[in-house]
Amino acid sequence: MAASDFSRLIAAAADTIASHADELTALDQAIGDGDHGLNMKRGFEAVRAEAEAIATKPLPDALKAVGTKLVMTVGGASGPLFGTLFMALGKELPSAPDRAALTAALGKAIEAVSARGKSQPGQKTMLDVLQPVYEALVRGKTAVEIADAADRAADATVPMKALRGRASFLGDRSIGHMDAGARSTALLVRAVAAAIEGS
Amino acid sequence: MSNVGIVIVSHSPLVAEGTADMVRQMVGDEVPLAWCGGNGHGGLGTSVEAIMGAIDRAWSEAGVAILVDLGGAETNSEMAVEMIGEPRSQKIVVCNAPIVEGAVMAATEASGGASLKEVVATAHELSPS
Repeated sequence: MAASDFSRLIAAAADTIASHADELTALDQAIGDGDHGLNMKRGFEAVRAEAEAIATKPLPDALKAVGTKLVMTVGGASGPLFGTLFMALGKELPSAPDRAALTAALGKAIEAVSARGKSQPGQKTMLDVLQPVYEALVRGKTAVEIADAADRAADATVPMKALRGRASFLGDRSIGHMDAGARSTALLVRAVAAAIEGS
Repeated sequence: MSNVGIVIVSHSPLVAEGTADMVRQMVGDEVPLAWCGGNGHGGLGTSVEAIMGAIDRAWSEAGVAILVDLGGAETNSEMAVEMIGEPRSQKIVVCNAPIVEGAVMAATEASGGASLKEVVATAHELSPS
């Protein structure tokens, strides 16, 4: 991947998080501590500030740098969770991945996020979007179809009862609200899909 | 200092500092002690960088026990331990215990020269699972 392409990916990710920060915070206020939008925005703006330097690195190192930056700047559990996602992708991906390599790497990255959060799909978390995205990749879906699957998966967290994170303290009262981490994951998937589609 | 160190990680700097005050009242300077709280930007939260710094300040060759409040403090502490890396990471444990009671009990145990394993076990007794 050319440095300009990776810069565009970072900009697309940071843009979508910034433009949806209020929505993410509102989702988190409903069933959490209400800092998700602000925390994610802080993290992705910190990544954007170093995008030029990050983008000159080989893809695996660039992804690890994004992950480390998120870990250090987000200021909540989302930091290690999204940071682990990017760091694991960096660890698993070759410099010029094909679809098979991307699929395999995402599978490993989901395992890493699952271990970091001590969570599984079905517990109303970001994993409930990542897992369907992985399955869509396996089934050979297009970038747009994958982004649509991610949106549907985020919507599908609404009727779920939260079993991890602050929302789990609410028990049944967490039902009827979308998980903020699932929503931000779907936003990132769509941004990346659109950037890849447009390149 | 040969006693196990104690690190307190809360979403709130006030809670972390207050907990540290209670620990100091019990053990004085016999235990290496450090705290951190807040997201590093003036808000509630926890910062991996601040946790790594607190571990450095409370470092003891006997090891460090970390007491945390809510989920993000635990996740960020585990991340900090991983980023510190081996060999030091093998001597750091994130305890499953209430932050205030856990810190005071763990520090009291540590002040008598107990091993990291004993200190952690004392904290864990507060969270029967």
